[in-house]
Amino acid sequence: MSGLTSASQQSASPVSGRRRKVDGVVRQGGRPARHYGTHIFLTVMAVVWLIPLAWALFTALRPKADTDKYGYFSLGGAFNFGNFIQAWNQGGFPKYFVNSLIITIPTVLLTLFFASMMAFAVSRVNWKFNITLLIMFTAGNLLPPQVLAAPLFEMFKHLTLPYWFSDSGTLLNTYISVIAANTAFQIGFCTFVLSNYMKALSADLTEAALVDGAGIWRQYASIVLPLCRPALAALATLEVIFIYNDYFWPLLFIQSGDRLPVTTAINNLQGVFLSNYNLLAAGATITVIPTLIVYLLLQRQFVAGLTLGASKG
Amino acid sequence: MSSTTGSPIAPVTSAAIAKPPRFRRVRRLSRRDKVVLSFMVGIPTLIQLVLVWIPTLLSIGLSFVRWNGLELSDIKPVGVDNYSYVFQDYPPFWPAVQHNILWLLFLGIIGTPLGLLLAVLLDQQIRGSKIYQSIFFIPVMLSLALIGIIWQLFYQKDNGLLNFLLGTSGTPAAVDWFGDSRVNIWAALVAATWRHSGYVMILYLAGLKGVDPSLKEAAALDGANGSQTFFRVVFPAMGPVNIVIVVITIIESLRAFDVVYVINRGLNGLELISALVIQNLIGEGQVIGVGSALAVILLVVSLVPITFYLSRVFGKEKAK
Repeated sequence: MSGLTSASQQSASPVSGRRRKVDGVVRQGGRPARHYGTHIFLTVMAVVWLIPLAWALFTALRPKADTDKYGYFSLGGAFNFGNFIQAWNQGGFPKYFVNSLIITIPTVLLTLFFASMMAFAVSRVNWKFNITLLIMFTAGNLLPPQVLAAPLFEMFKHLTLPYWFSDSGTLLNTYISVIAANTAFQIGFCTFVLSNYMKALSADLTEAALVDGAGIWRQYASIVLPLCRPALAALATLEVIFIYNDYFWPLLFIQSGDRLPVTTAINNLQGVFLSNYNLLAAGATITVIPTLIVYLLLQRQFVAGLTLGASKG
Repeated sequence: MSSTTGSPIAPVTSAAIAKPPRFRRVRRLSRRDKVVLSFMVGIPTLIQLVLVWIPTLLSIGLSFVRWNGLELSDIKPVGVDNYSYVFQDYPPFWPAVQHNILWLLFLGIIGTPLGLLLAVLLDQQIRGSKIYQSIFFIPVMLSLALIGIIWQLFYQKDNGLLNFLLGTSGTPAAVDWFGDSRVNIWAALVAATWRHSGYVMILYLAGLKGVDPSLKEAAALDGANGSQTFFRVVFPAMGPVNIVIVVITIIESLRAFDVVYVINRGLNGLELISALVIQNLIGEGQVIGVGSALAVILLVVSLVPITFYLSRVFGKEKAK
């Protein structure tokens, strides 16, 4: 009975503060029973989620001799980093990591530079084709990369370059080919995100600068860009992971194994390590390390980048 | 869906009064400004045209020719031969179409809802929510190529964890999960879902944060239970996020490539259109025309979700 009266009082009360308080009580009452089930479900899911990773790590930490002796599904034998050291040296990781750096850093910088200029032009200046161009940029990023694979490959193959510049005599088998394709592909996404961000900035900011006689470049470089720092940081983090994780463009353009970045090179590890799964597991774990660093230090930036792109649908 | 048509009241009242012209026209674009501006627009647009849109158009052109990729003078127009070959005589094509559809259905029916479920559960004020989130989020940061390798270790026939857990390891009943063409597409889908669900979870968690809590309170006061509140109030209120996730799910299933290519280059049970494109472009039997025809088919299908998404996002702005 008393429950009923209080319920009718709640719905009658228009004061939001009181509502919240009452709601809090209701929630607390309903909490324990429901959340046990939730916790059990989430814990099971979390364990399932970690199993593939844990298995890879577990395998990587055990010497091959021990797994051969006791079997992979066992706890016997030693645990050490021997496989990691061997995989690092045999797998050519230092080289691959350097290649990843050579590709990732310029790509991210160029992408953000071009995208921020484009975003500024379409969001802060009113001209005829700004929305049309923004649509074109956004659409480009949504295409499956395989759609443009053949023509890009042939374009790069038929572009003759001096041999001092490229030992293939064309753009194929160069870092530049991968950087160019990645940059072109990512500019669309970054332009879209940054233009939304810039649109949300007050028009008065650039108006005031205009009154002071600031040109377009100064409005962009010293007013709008510094205000976009949070978006740029989030996008930079996201793009570093995207480019580091890119498998496709190097696969298409780069033929010599020693120029591959890590992500594409791990495919070859299966051949190099043959059926030595301990080494393969160690190699896989090594390639996770840069991601893991970003994950631990910049997870919030990464998530912000992901959701920035999706928040405006 | 309804918001593109727009309610008749909103534009008159709020938009007309509250919104001063959103892009204030920059009145004094000096000569120098115009030069600067044309550089700021011109360079990115040129990159985009040369490396994305012109290749896309060339793809269409190449799909109507026969070419070995060597000399431009070797290009011979063949009409729709490549397409009729793909549709009628190319054995892996229809399996690939089926696999792409299966990919979409699997992500749409299992991957995406699982991500939504995780997001809804984690959005409650439960203890350890951040830890759970971090765990489900790990695969999102890994490359799909690496995911293929990690799951290979799990799925292997003789030394993989799954067969040990099933007790079939070492027996004739042991399944080679990535090798057996009857099951490998499902095994690959599980690996892809592992990543996709975490991605959807993150997007929905952000979406749920954006839902006005007073909506939920109002529903609760009206006597709605948890699931009613969610399906009738919260879920519809996340309209924009829902659109993004539908589009992402469709596009991800069209783009699916890395996982199957790492496993076996997209052969033997793992055919996908994207992988067929690449099989026809690199490797020994280079058939650029056929590869391009496949690419155009992929393009045409992709344009459906892309157009849908763009009209949702830009429809309102263009209408102004």
